[in-house]
Amino acid sequence: MSGCDRRGFLGTAAAALAGVALAPGIRLIDLAGARAPEEAASGRVRWGLLIDTARCATGCDDCVAACGRENGLQDTGRPRTDAQWIRKIDLKDLRSGREHSAPVMCQHCAEPPCVDVCPTGASFKRADGIVLVDKHTCIGCRYCVMACPFKARSFVHENVTEQKPDVPRGKGTVEGCTLCVHRVDRGATPACVEACTAAGHGAMVFGDLNDAQSAIAQRLRELPNRQLRGDLRLDTGVRYSGV
Amino acid sequence: MRRWTAIAGIAVLAVVSLAWAAGASRVAKPVVLIERPGKCVEATEVMRRDHMTLLLEQRDRTMRDGVRTKPHSLAGCVECHASSKTGSVLGPQGFCESCHAYAGVRLDCFECHAAKPQKAALGSGR
Amino acid sequence: MAAVIHRELSAAAWRFYGPLLGLGALLAAGFAAFVHMEVNGHVVTGMDNQIVWGVPHVVAVFLIVAASGALNVASVASVFGRVEYKPLAPLSALVSIAVLAGGLAILAADLGRPDRLIVALTYFNFKSIFALNMFLYSGFFAIVAVYLWFMMERRMNRHSGAAGLAAFIWRIVLTTGTGSIFGFLVAREAYDSALLGPAFVVFSFAYGTALFLVTLDLAYRWDARALDEAMVARLGRMLALFVAASLYMTAAFHLTKLYMARFHGIEAFVLLEGGIYTALFWLGQVGIGGVLPLVLLYAPRTGRTRAGVLAAAVLVALGGLAQMYVTIIAGQAWPQPIFPGWQETSSFFDGEIHPYRPSLPEVALGLGGVALAAILIAVGLKALRFLPDRFETAGPKTALRAGA
Repeated sequence: MSGCDRRGFLGTAAAALAGVALAPGIRLIDLAGARAPEEAASGRVRWGLLIDTARCATGCDDCVAACGRENGLQDTGRPRTDAQWIRKIDLKDLRSGREHSAPVMCQHCAEPPCVDVCPTGASFKRADGIVLVDKHTCIGCRYCVMACPFKARSFVHENVTEQKPDVPRGKGTVEGCTLCVHRVDRGATPACVEACTAAGHGAMVFGDLNDAQSAIAQRLRELPNRQLRGDLRLDTGVRYSGV
Repeated sequence: MRRWTAIAGIAVLAVVSLAWAAGASRVAKPVVLIERPGKCVEATEVMRRDHMTLLLEQRDRTMRDGVRTKPHSLAGCVECHASSKTGSVLGPQGFCESCHAYAGVRLDCFECHAAKPQKAALGSGR
Repeated sequence: MAAVIHRELSAAAWRFYGPLLGLGALLAAGFAAFVHMEVNGHVVTGMDNQIVWGVPHVVAVFLIVAASGALNVASVASVFGRVEYKPLAPLSALVSIAVLAGGLAILAADLGRPDRLIVALTYFNFKSIFALNMFLYSGFFAIVAVYLWFMMERRMNRHSGAAGLAAFIWRIVLTTGTGSIFGFLVAREAYDSALLGPAFVVFSFAYGTALFLVTLDLAYRWDARALDEAMVARLGRMLALFVAASLYMTAAFHLTKLYMARFHGIEAFVLLEGGIYTALFWLGQVGIGGVLPLVLLYAPRTGRTRAGVLAAAVLVALGGLAQMYVTIIAGQAWPQPIFPGWQETSSFFDGEIHPYRPSLPEVALGLGGVALAAILIAVGLKALRFLPDRFETAGPKTALRAGA
């Protein structure tokens, strides 16, 4: 640091910060989200999603298509047994006729019923809040599928080929939205969020719920939002606004 | 005396027939095609003996803790050892499968894991 | 009082091996179904992502619940001091173990990764009632085996009371656990109830006694031996009590749910609008499994005869299968309410009743489990002395020291 003085350094840093900020405290991009590969996931972070259903159009399935591409989900023509990690639910209030649409995936609860019921502990919650299935210990009993209030889990009913190297999936085990853990671990966002953002809808925000300065935390403070089935007190990581 | 002669004779016979069997190559040897230059992440002898243990330990670190260090990752093995012809570590000449078939050990990994390396794609895994 | 003599099944040659071969064929069919499902995946069955537990689970859970209750006759003798049932106590224990084995075999065969059974036996999440059940089931086998030994070895007879008590308490816990598999699930409106554990305990008394009666009747016919009709009538009265108690639990469960507005949908589905499920509930569980057996058992003309009691037992067993079908399948056919109050439609079949059609592999798997139980009983009867030649005449119910 010869030739630099502290003031100069601070000035440069401030300028850099301003470059990624819109206004004091508001950031468009979260800085340096990636964990080093040898670092374990930690409870300091809690990953979450915010779905702004006011911006979610009926008939749009960009998030669903992106998830399918990213995770190697195949359409076998048998929708009743094909895995679906995320789907768009079209909602209608029967009394008023008001319609809504929202993507629903694993809610990554802090108190996941699927983790409680798994006999081998294959369904587990990682330290940073992502709920996953350890396919090495999954025996395929489907008790977690029975236990999930959000129908988040799918059972793999037939042989799987052409898996993505980052997303192992196989017959006889259970699976669900991983919050694109393989992408999150290298500092990217889930594929669904990326696709929604890239298409300009902006209905999905991803980030660290524990970080008060993160984009998602700020948005959660501004937008009225709720958990799905809040009555169950599962403390979900996915929050919905507008429905 | 006669008993010891008999035992010695049987022992010699056993050794000779084993040597002959080993040399006779009636059993199909595994096809171990190392197509990429350079070294494996561990010494060959270590890998032959311990690769299953290394993978077993690594998988729990990756799965449960999110530790994704390179040396012992299964995806790393596949990247390097996939056949240039089939693109896979499976198949009769596949690096993993031919040896496992020879040893008669069930290969469970690729029920779920990709047997082919990731094609270079934008934003894909390193 | 004449001593009771127990004898092995004396049916020999084709009279024994004929039926055994038939059961073996059923078992082979079940095994073939297992292999087919293992190789091709569950896509070959009628189960899908909406109905993940199908006919195999219906049969398996029925067998597991009935197995617990089949030990009833032995418990009544050893724990409650009703000495007139003592001659049948060893048979009760045999039926209990065999039927449990049959049920568990179906569950293991239906796993997505049955090759990982060793994982299920070494990795435990103790919050999971499934994991706890692994210990409860294996412990049950051990306790009942010891209980059986104590009953059949004269020198150990004085300990059979203690073993009987241990077995009784263990199976109450076990069956409560089985019911709680469903009762603990907040996700499904058909479950989510503390009543399901105790309800399954009460159901187990009825189903177990029914299966025991059927086994008793078939065993004595097979061996061409006389079966004391007074004993059958006594068992029939016990069965009637358990059937009445089961109807009570059913009523309590549904009336409670009917009181709560949020369960009106699921209750209307099961009790009124559910098509096959409504039919199975009223005609199967309540009618064939409840009201009709009660009529048969309490009417003097039928309740005192072997034919009448056996008919009632068969009906109770069928009603039990209907109850399990409604509980397990209808519970899944009704969608999870993700947005209560809103109508939901999606590509993942949210918000709609999920159809289900049982497939041949599933039925074969279920029948294979039943066949396994029957084979185990048959082999046990042939090898060891389970069947009493006669029973003590019905005397005053002296509460002798249990196990004496």
